[in-house]
Amino acid sequence: MHNTRFLTQEFEYFVPHTLSEALDLLFTYQDKRTKILAGGTDLLVKMKTLGIGVDYLININEISEIKNVELDKGLKIGAAVKLSQLEKMKAVKEEYPALYEGITSMAAIAIRNMATLVGNICNASPAGDTIPPLVVYGAKLRIVSKKGERVIPLEDFISGVGETILKRDELVSQVIIPEPYKDLGSAFCKKGRVKADIAKINLAVGIERDGDICRDCRIVLGSVFSKTLRAYKSEEILRGKVIKDDLIISAAKRAAEEIKPIDDVRSTAEYRNELARVMVEDTLHIAWERAGGKRW
Amino acid sequence: MEEYKIEMKINGERLVATTQADESLLKFLRRNGFFEVKCGCEKGECGTCTVILQGKAVKSCITLALQANNKEVWTIRGMEKFELGRKLQESFVQYGAIQCGFCTPGMILVAKAYLDKNPIPDRKEIKREIAGNLCRCTGYKKIIDAIYAVAEENKKMN
Repeated sequence: MHNTRFLTQEFEYFVPHTLSEALDLLFTYQDKRTKILAGGTDLLVKMKTLGIGVDYLININEISEIKNVELDKGLKIGAAVKLSQLEKMKAVKEEYPALYEGITSMAAIAIRNMATLVGNICNASPAGDTIPPLVVYGAKLRIVSKKGERVIPLEDFISGVGETILKRDELVSQVIIPEPYKDLGSAFCKKGRVKADIAKINLAVGIERDGDICRDCRIVLGSVFSKTLRAYKSEEILRGKVIKDDLIISAAKRAAEEIKPIDDVRSTAEYRNELARVMVEDTLHIAWERAGGKRW
Repeated sequence: MEEYKIEMKINGERLVATTQADESLLKFLRRNGFFEVKCGCEKGECGTCTVILQGKAVKSCITLALQANNKEVWTIRGMEKFELGRKLQESFVQYGAIQCGFCTPGMILVAKAYLDKNPIPDRKEIKREIAGNLCRCTGYKKIIDAIYAVAEENKKMN
């Protein structure tokens, strides 16, 4: 048992009001243990239960530049945008249903009122519920530092459990989600023990439909590897083909072979392999229907 | 360790006090006499420490006191100032939704914040909304009944 009564460390706290102020702080304290506080729903719990050390804490919630969602050919979501803010947006619900389903499957409302999308990404949990949908939609991250900025695909961002390629003086300022293809069908699926639970498996799929053909597709699973995993070989089975029931069944089987789950507190590897097959099959059906495809 | 001076409006009244960077909002409130904010798991699992911060339900154990600086906080004690708050309290009593009472502050605050924005939810929506607030006595049914009764009343009034 951990004692969660206290934060066992002393740290200094900053509330910058502009992005450049925040980047100056990150630059100045890059050799110390400096952390960004967005929602704190993962960070503060980790500080309490795992005792991760922090010397400087930078609260980014007062920076107006990163509190907005821009609706212009897709979505641009600032780093301080709360999950509950996103789930209330019509554009998210209608155009990015897998992301909507991912967000609403997460935790309690009191958590989603604090937690941010960028926080869920940077926490880099293999079970992060927003990551599979965002990979399906081809999201990119804007990463800024005092020296400049770069934009990289989300797929290349997470390198392991809780690890990202973010440098110590950088911060993710924005998630950029491109406009979806006109006949894209997407869906999210998650299995936990109860509502608001962490996933045994979560996954998102997207199918771009051209008549009866799957023009392109993405199948992305979480909680089955040290980071979010794309089932490339399974995607290959569907890509460019006329979608039929048996094709979806074999793609789902292939996806279940591609994953590398482990036994942990939430489930066993064996169960996860079985579960993944059924979940991928069901979710592909839903996505295909949402893309306007026929059901048999 | 450095002391920070902070100011917030708690249940409609201004409070100026000092805090340290590592103090959670939960500890800050209790230290200043707001013992109605209950202290459960202290890691954001159980929901009994829920308060309403800027109109939204949040878990005060994983919010820093400093994050609430210059903001408005409501605890269960302030609920009597709202008609909806009083209705929820009465409904909880009427439906026996309170047994040991430990989860009740969190439950009522989550329900209040939700009903403010969605006055007429169905049972399923209520269930979804209180997921994340744990009750080990009632089996949740009575709590859902109590909140639903208030929603039904709202429906009649419209």
